[in-house]
Amino acid sequence: MTIEELEQIAESVRRENAKFDYEVSVCMDLACASQGSDKLRDALVQIAEASGKKVLVRRTGCMGPCSHGPLVRVDPYKTFYGHVQSGHAAAIVDRLGGEPVPDLQCDLNEHFDSQMRVVLENAGYIDPEKIDDYIARDGYKALVTVLMEMTPNGVVHRVTESGLRGRGGGGYPTGLKWATVAKAVGDVKYVVCNGDEGDPGAFMDRSVMEGDPHRVIEGMAIAAYAVGASKGFFYVRAEYPIAVSRLTMALREARRRGLLGINICNTPFSFDIEIRLGAGAFVCGEETALIASIEGRRGTPKPRPPYPAVSGLWGKPTLINNVETYANIAPIMRNGGKWFFSIGSERSKGTKVFALSGKIANTGLVEVPMGIKLREIIETIGGGVPAGHKLKAIQTGGPSGGCIPADMLGLGVSYDALMAAGSIMGSGGMIVMDDTSCMVNVARFFIDFCRTESCGKCIPCRAGTAQMHTLLTRICNGSATMADLHLLEDLCSTVKETSLCGLGQTAPNPVLSTLKYFREEYIQHIEQKRCPAGVCKFEAVEVTA
Amino acid sequence: MSDAGDVKTLIIDDKEVSALRGQTILEVARENGIDIPTLCHVDGLGDVGACRMCLVEIKGSNKLQPACVTTIFESMEVSTNTERLQKHRRTILELLFAERNHICSVCVANGHCELQSLAQAQGVTHVRLPYRNPDLHVDASHERFTIDHNRCILCTRCVRVCAEIEGAHVWDVMGRGIDSMIISDLNDPWGESSCTRCGKCVQVCPTGAIFDKSKIGDPHPKYPDFLPYLNLMREAK
Repeated sequence: MTIEELEQIAESVRRENAKFDYEVSVCMDLACASQGSDKLRDALVQIAEASGKKVLVRRTGCMGPCSHGPLVRVDPYKTFYGHVQSGHAAAIVDRLGGEPVPDLQCDLNEHFDSQMRVVLENAGYIDPEKIDDYIARDGYKALVTVLMEMTPNGVVHRVTESGLRGRGGGGYPTGLKWATVAKAVGDVKYVVCNGDEGDPGAFMDRSVMEGDPHRVIEGMAIAAYAVGASKGFFYVRAEYPIAVSRLTMALREARRRGLLGINICNTPFSFDIEIRLGAGAFVCGEETALIASIEGRRGTPKPRPPYPAVSGLWGKPTLINNVETYANIAPIMRNGGKWFFSIGSERSKGTKVFALSGKIANTGLVEVPMGIKLREIIETIGGGVPAGHKLKAIQTGGPSGGCIPADMLGLGVSYDALMAAGSIMGSGGMIVMDDTSCMVNVARFFIDFCRTESCGKCIPCRAGTAQMHTLLTRICNGSATMADLHLLEDLCSTVKETSLCGLGQTAPNPVLSTLKYFREEYIQHIEQKRCPAGVCKFEAVEVTA
Repeated sequence: MSDAGDVKTLIIDDKEVSALRGQTILEVARENGIDIPTLCHVDGLGDVGACRMCLVEIKGSNKLQPACVTTIFESMEVSTNTERLQKHRRTILELLFAERNHICSVCVANGHCELQSLAQAQGVTHVRLPYRNPDLHVDASHERFTIDHNRCILCTRCVRVCAEIEGAHVWDVMGRGIDSMIISDLNDPWGESSCTRCGKCVQVCPTGAIFDKSKIGDPHPKYPDFLPYLNLMREAK
């Protein structure tokens, strides 16, 4: 494969598309598909054919605003239709070339205009099962250019220069990680993609894997070249069957096009990827547990150091990055590290994809430059809290994160700012809560999650989260005393400081952050047996863990 | 290993000590008479860093590190017994006592139990946490030994000794989190498992969870000290 050949493929796709006057893209991502977008697509194809109009009906990955699904975009007009059912197909095709269908049209200009799409640049524009669609949008250009023109050191340097930090949640500088693996001594090295997304309310990685799988594969191949690896593993949770099938197909297509395999682009570089399925354990997103799981062992974390960069899969140097991190690599290679560095805030560069959910008008996927104010995400892009209720808090970072109160909407979204506020960036879940949410109950929900997802290896996480859950349950059902609250705080400190891996070390965060901003609510529960949000029922029963 | 470049000097609890490169903090501390409490560690088995009793403070890092798996480096300054560490150790011990059903007075290991003596040494006088009182079974199907899950602290010493030393890998862990259980084979009764009846797990079990049936009613001290010697002799061959 050469740049010229890529260009030829792109040209032929463009020529093919130019035969049509209209492009009707149908979102077939999970949220839309579950509301019948597959039937809608079939109807559109049939009716378009019968109409005699030159219409290209395209299946795409997630377009973003899931709450408006099933979504349809009509080009060249950039018209969005929301809540489209198969019965609407005739009207849509009929109005092509004329005024849009009034009842269906949804105004998403404000929603999209405030976003900046790098990772999601292809989302909604390509058919995820067609490699040529991806190539037509500059796909694999970065990989081929890197192999033809750059040294591995040069690639690492460019990633370092970009300021990219790990998107899985930790925010570790990606360039530094790559440099460490590149320098590690070993004849065999591995590249791993962590697609074990498991935070409640997070679906960024799923949408990227399902909607633009080649982007992640390209990022992994570039990473493999940079660090000197020839084998990659794609670790995807089994709960994402569509992602698995799209990735399987994408890998096959990439091999067929000679973009994976032996002597890629006639260079000495060889690389291929195997998919490994997670068996439903949240903790397998932790890198040492993920390694154990790929090796076929029980998914439990190991103390670090040694870090996987030095001793990972089967004791070999291993590079592990998150889906979104890899998805950023191709654009960085194409546009340069300085371009990426110019986006974002002081110490958090580039964009971040967030999965907006909860009490907000536009739930779905959004991508924003780092440093953007929370207010803009919630009010402008998210469309605010539906009428009749008041914003209470925003939960970020899943079970490792915390709740940011409504009066902190001026906060700029960056790794450091969120950390200082008692939460974390995390992988990108953002749950909006209004005045019908009880913060004690929210904390209890997340501790319950950590309790059931703890692997059980270290004592503070295994028994500590169970005890915290007992104490929080007491607070929620009105049987707690202030002594229980102090005990809870004590446990938070021990679990946070002494747990073996990130799961336990961050498990107390939802409790600590709600205690920090909503302590009064805890005290009302304990002293007045009153739940301000009206969620908790006070039946004074004794509970044990 | 023994050339001069491999010798490092460091400070543990204000005491200057020397050590070989690659040694762990725990090894060096114990060589120098500094006691760091441990539960899952036992000399002669691979370490897992799971019980978190041996956490120490290292100057320059806010993060606590397990002494059993953290290797020393030149000019390292380690504190093994600060107030912060003592508090966490007591809380972890309390968590263990409240997790299952530990009733020392009726336990076969009473007086010879590492959990019991550690709690006494660390000054645990009360358990503030609610007892969970889980409903757990006792597997007495084996002709010589018994495993009482009520007394198990999931240190996985039995799992490791069986896999690493005996080579049988009869024991493993099932389930996760608070529901984790030690199982023999694929959760078969111990007596019907592939157990080789070597009894190594009995000797390394720190509590009365795994015990010799013939010792019921008698003092039941455990003797895990055979492990380093066994390893040494195997390596010498």
